[in-house]
Parts: sequence; C-alpha cells; structure tokens
Amino acid sequence: MTDAFEPTIIGFTCNWCSYRAADLAGTARIKYPANVRLVRLMCSGRLDPTFVFKALASGADGVMITGCHPGECHYLEQNYKALRRFQLMQRTLKGLGLESGRIKLLWASAAEGARFASEVAAFVEEIRALGPLHWGRADASEAVGAEVAEGPRLQEVSA
Amino acid sequence: MTRNQEERIGVYVCHCGTNIAGVVDVAQVAEWAAAKLQHRGVVIAREYKFMCSSLGQELIEKDIKELDLNRVVVAACSPHLHEKTFRTACANAGLNPFMCEMVSIREQVSWVHTDKSAATSKAMAMVSGGVERVRHHVPLEPLTVPIHPATLVVGGGIAGIQSALEIADAGHQVYVVEREPSIGGHMAQFDKTFPTLDCSACILTPKMVSVGTHPNVKLLTWSQVEKVEGYVGNFSVTIRKKARKIKEDLCTGCGICQEKCPKKVIDDVYEAGLGYRKAVYTPFPQAVPKFPVMDVANCTYYEKGTCKACEKFCPTDAIDFDQQDEILNVQVGNIILATGYDLFDARRISNYGYGRLPNVFSSLEFERLSNAAGPTNGQVVLRDGKTIPKSVGIVHCVGSRDRNYNNYCSVICCMQSIKFAHLVHERTGATVYNFYIDIRAAFKDYDEFYQRILEEGTQFIRGKVAEISDVPRVASEEGKLIIQVEDTLAGKQRRIPVDMVILSSGLQPRADSKATAKVFGISCSANGWYIEKHPKLDPVATMTEGIFIAGCAQGPKDIPASVAQGAAAAARVLGKIEQKEVALEPVRASVIEDQCSGCRICNGLCPFNAISFLEDRMVTEINPALCQGCGTCVAACPAGAIVGTGFSNEQVMAQIEGLMLMNIEPAEVIA
Repeated sequence: MTDAFEPTIIGFTCNWCSYRAADLAGTARIKYPANVRLVRLMCSGRLDPTFVFKALASGADGVMITGCHPGECHYLEQNYKALRRFQLMQRTLKGLGLESGRIKLLWASAAEGARFASEVAAFVEEIRALGPLHWGRADASEAVGAEVAEGPRLQEVSA
Repeated sequence: MTRNQEERIGVYVCHCGTNIAGVVDVAQVAEWAAAKLQHRGVVIAREYKFMCSSLGQELIEKDIKELDLNRVVVAACSPHLHEKTFRTACANAGLNPFMCEMVSIREQVSWVHTDKSAATSKAMAMVSGGVERVRHHVPLEPLTVPIHPATLVVGGGIAGIQSALEIADAGHQVYVVEREPSIGGHMAQFDKTFPTLDCSACILTPKMVSVGTHPNVKLLTWSQVEKVEGYVGNFSVTIRKKARKIKEDLCTGCGICQEKCPKKVIDDVYEAGLGYRKAVYTPFPQAVPKFPVMDVANCTYYEKGTCKACEKFCPTDAIDFDQQDEILNVQVGNIILATGYDLFDARRISNYGYGRLPNVFSSLEFERLSNAAGPTNGQVVLRDGKTIPKSVGIVHCVGSRDRNYNNYCSVICCMQSIKFAHLVHERTGATVYNFYIDIRAAFKDYDEFYQRILEEGTQFIRGKVAEISDVPRVASEEGKLIIQVEDTLAGKQRRIPVDMVILSSGLQPRADSKATAKVFGISCSANGWYIEKHPKLDPVATMTEGIFIAGCAQGPKDIPASVAQGAAAAARVLGKIEQKEVALEPVRASVIEDQCSGCRICNGLCPFNAISFLEDRMVTEINPALCQGCGTCVAACPAGAIVGTGFSNEQVMAQIEGLMLMNIEPAEVIA
C-alpha cells in the first residue's frame, strides 16, 4: 500500500458538450489521472443536487459538475440553472462544515478535450490537497483494490 | 419484460483489439464482474476481441436467448459510437433495445490512462456503475415525429448549390438563404480551377442558373437566418430578407440603374478591393438572381436626400427607396449549413508587408487580377495597373501550418499557388518562384499538374519566407521586393528580388461561425470549423439531429470535395425525407399526477414551453412532443413527481452507488 492519497472523484457530464470533450480527450489520447469516474446526464440542468451529496456520501472525495459554456447550452439555457444550483450546493457544503472546493464547476465544449483533461488533473490535485472526505464506506473499495495487483487505487483506505 | 421480474444481466467487455486490452486487463474485469456482481443480477460476464463485430453481436444475441438475459451492459467505446449497434443486437434477440447500457472504458479509460492497474480498477468501478444503472432500465419505445419534406440550405456557394440542386431535383422544396446579393460564393470569384484549368465561371454559372430557375427552389439572397426553433423534422426558421430597395416582381435585371448610378464604390467583397462597383449593383454580370441591391450606406440619395438617378431611368419603376426588411418564417424538416470560409487576413503577418507594400497581393486579389472578367480583364499587372511583372514570388502557407496563426493545413493553397504559377507564366512570361514548406498534391491528377508546372520552369524553393521588404542592399535589388528566405534544400539564406509577390493565404472559419453555430445549436472546433458527428464515418451530420454541414464550413477543402460533401449532405437529407418520420431518443419527462403538489416550481424552467399547469386539477403537465429531455424539471421537482426516462433519479443514484462500489458486500469480497 502506498502512502499517497488517491482521491476518488465523481464527474457529471452533459451529453452534448463535456461528455464529448471527454470522448475527444480519449480519441486524442490526452492523458489524465484515473481518479475520476463519469456519469452521463443529458444536460447539466438535470443535475439534482442530491446526486452530488449522494456521491460524497458514497465515498467520493470530490465532485465535478460539467456542462456547456454559458450561452451554448443544447437546451438553450439550462446550464444557467446548473450554475444556480452549484452556488447553492457550495453554500450547503460550507453549512455542513466542508470545504466548498470539494465540488467544481467546469464549462467544457465538445472541442475542449485537452482542457477537460487538464482540468480533471488540476481538480485531482486540489482534492488531494484537501485530503480524504471519509464520508463513505471505505471497506468495499479496499477489497476491490486488493484484487488488483498493485494495491488500492480506488480510494484511500482509512484506518 | 414480464417474462423475468428479476434482473438477469449480461456483461460484455470489449478488447477493441489492443485499444482497450492494451491498458485494461479485460479478462480480470470480466471475471471480477461475474464473481462480485453476481448478487446484483450478473448472470454472465464475457470478454471478446471486438464486441461490435458481427460475431460479438451474435454472442450477445445468443446469450439473451439461451440465458434468458433481460439486461445487457457492454463495456467498450463511447455510446456515441456504438450504442445503436448494441441496441440493435438486443432488439434482434427480442429484447427491448433500451435495456442495453454502454460503459465507455475506451475513451474514458484505456485511451486516457497509462497506469494499467488504476485503469483496470476504474474499468471495474465503471462496469459496476453500469450494472447498477441497467437494473433500473425500463423498456421504452422510440418517439416518432413526422419529417417536414422541405429543407433549408444556408449558404449559396458551390457546396450549398450542389445540396440544393440534389434535393430539388428529387422533387422536394428547398429554401436557399444567402447573405450576399448573389449566390456563387468564392468560386464565382475565381478564373481557373486546378488541376484541369477549366474556367470557374463556365462550370459554376449553369449551376447557379439552375438554382435560380428551379421550380422547387425558393432563393432568398441578401437574407440571413435570425432564429431557428424546433427540432429534427420540424424546424421553424426565421429569416430576415434585407431590403434590396428593388421591387423584385418588377425588376427585369436590365442593368440601367447600375449604368446610370453616379456613385462609384470600391468593391471589397467581390473584387477584393481591386475594382469598383456602383451604389446600386449586382456583384457580377452573371449574378443569380439578376436583381441588383442598393448599398444604402453609400447611396447619394440616402446621404444627401437627392439623386434618384436610378429611379428616373428605371424602365419598369422597380426602384423602391422606402422598401423595408422583411421577416419570413419557413417550416423545414432538415437544415444544411454550407456557410463557407473567410480568407486569412495577410495583414496580420506584418513582415510580409501586405497592405503596406503595394505589389504584395493576396491570393483573392490575384484571382481577380487573373480573371478575364476582373478589373484588369485578366491582365496580370502591378498595382499601378500597367506594368507587367518580370519576376513573381508566390508564398505558400500564409497563415496556415504556422503556430503563430493557424496550425492546420488549409489544403487548397499548394494547388492554388501552383495554378497561380502557371497563370503568371502564361500571361506574363515572368520568372516565377514558389516558396513552399511541403508540396501537398495528394488528390486525383494533382501531382501530375505539379509536375507539369515544374516542367514549365517555375522555380520551387523549399523554405518559409522570413520577410518581404523594399529596402535594397545591392544595386540589383533597387526598386524590387526582396524575399528573404532560408532555402532549406540548399542550406543557405537567400534574397530573391521580384516585382510582385502573391501571398497564398489560408482559409479561416467565418468570423461569425461561432455565432452561427449557436443559432443552429451545433458545435465548433477550437479553430471555429463546425464539428461533424464522426470525423470518418459521419462527416456531414452534426451532433444535432437534422442539421448537416457541407463545404468549407466543416474544414478547408477544395471544390471537388465541397461538391461531394454538398451532395452527401443532400443524400442524408433525402434519406430522412424518404423515411417520412424520424425516431427520437425516448428521453422525455413526464409528471406523476398523484405526486404533483401543484407547487409550480418547474413551470418556469422549461425553455421549450413543454410544461403547462392545469388550473382545474392544480397539477402540472408536460407535453411530450415539446419536451426535449434535458431533465432540468426532473431535477427541480421537490416532490420527485417528475420522471425522466433514460436518466431517472433511480438510474443515476444507482450508478453513483455502483461507481463507488457501494453495491459490493465487503464480507463477500474478502471471502
């Protein structure tokens, strides 16, 4: 087991822009850390704030919310609603005594594969600096990590 | 799915050759899924070299039948590539196609991660997320909407013309919108086309006339699309038809108004600034339509309140100084965008002296100079209008393949420059130097053309031009333009004095391409070219259903490629029209009336006006025909009364749990 804390991040992507940015990062073979796991939604407007807290409660150390750039929403203006909810979620996090930096909002167009990758890499480092959240259950991940030759990767194993 | 209440899930992990298997231990992922997700309904987990191959699909179909699977998870590439493939495989085996879930372990794992163990772990977590998500899938039926048989073509260059004619010839209505006074685009400005050197006007103008006279084409020039509403099959398009100040029903196109107009204006669009037009004008004699337009900004009447020479002489009283812009609304089922390109502005490379040194010409200027119908009647002369150059330098890759400007290759410049070399040689007998980085003559008959020009005696110097100046160092450079270049084949710096320089400028996206993309709801690449649905397999469709792209708007290309793409886009549209209706993703929101409290929080959220409030029952209703499936209302409903198919709360929540491996009992795992 290594000492370095490997955060787990859940990323919500919009089907039209940021999911395609992730696709493009793939086809362009742009590397980024494996700490992020993506959930596809049709639009960042679909992001129910409870999804974010569900992710944190399930053991994620950070959550990335991504969508189309303002003014470029496939559904005209729904990303603005995601922006409003994001601010609300930040306040809620603070109210819970957590760092608001646990969640990040990123606008990424379908052309911004490189940007998507570099922002993921930056966010992984930000969360690494914040340290583990310890909200979720660590044991399951520990077990899965043990399955893979080089030890736990999925989540930092507590205790 | 009444057959099986309990979930029976098949997991299929694709190697994609070595694309996935080279990084992810696919066998381990499949074994892990079979063992650890068995209690979550996974009946079988397999890995296979190419799941998308017919053998791979048959594997799934066989399992569905033999193992009674009612859900399928395919861990392979992006759903945007093969979701349809695997849904079809499910349907072939009698399973509702929407019971299939794809997990992108290629684009999101193997192609972006290098650490094999981390990648394998992530792939497992993603498969787990997919399994949890698919448990909540429900059988869906695709929504079908009728396709309006009319089509909108935006841009009347050669690509748009080709598209319009193909569709109109097939018997369907086409609206062609062009913002200039005439269709024809850039091709109408050229004299000769490479590599055949046939006359551009001779091959283009018959097509222009066909568009102008076709009974199925409604031509709207001097017009712009302002707004697009609706979706595939049913777009409602608002078009501004700018006031020509000419009554089109009376005008015969006789040209007397142009003749009599006393005001000369430099024509910086069609003549690239080299010639003049009048304040009332058609850009060129073969313009389609034949009606002139009034240039209000330069017309003496609008400036001083008097003149009206055109009105006095017009034999049919077609001049109308009070004419206003018209707003038209048309209904179409599909849209083709063929909005073309802008030329790179060579002024940006100040060391090349364009705009400062008079005898440095842009490629478009040279096109006009060499055009028999151009300002010099095809005489290649210096800016003074009479001196024939004795030596000419042609600079390739101006603003292309240059990280200071545009990284990409503009595709046409090599052949264009070689064509220029031929024309200069033919018209003036001058010594011609071509300065190139690489010669890209990759298509049919192109290299033969290059060889021919080499034999004509044009000198090709391999090297990027550093500077063009008029400051002589030696007597032989007096009064000349001196091209400073590193000849990379000779391995030395050279100074070559010439009389004239032609800058073969690259192509750029239209300055307003991003704004246009926004109007039509499509995406631009970082450079500003429109993005096709798939760079190889779907080059004319866009991510937005019903919107197609053709010609240089998609990326730099020459005339044959633009025509091919125009025809391809038309074929796609005709295919849609023939189908008469289109199946849409059944991702829609609906209200469970019993749970709706009537709070109306969702009512203001829908930009498509799909949500209405039923005052009599005090509940909200969603019109499935208007709903586009974004899910914003689903996320907003405090009572959880709005259900979004395909992305339900249960599906997303379960996926999160799966991704975080909350579904795996520790005791079981350790054992």
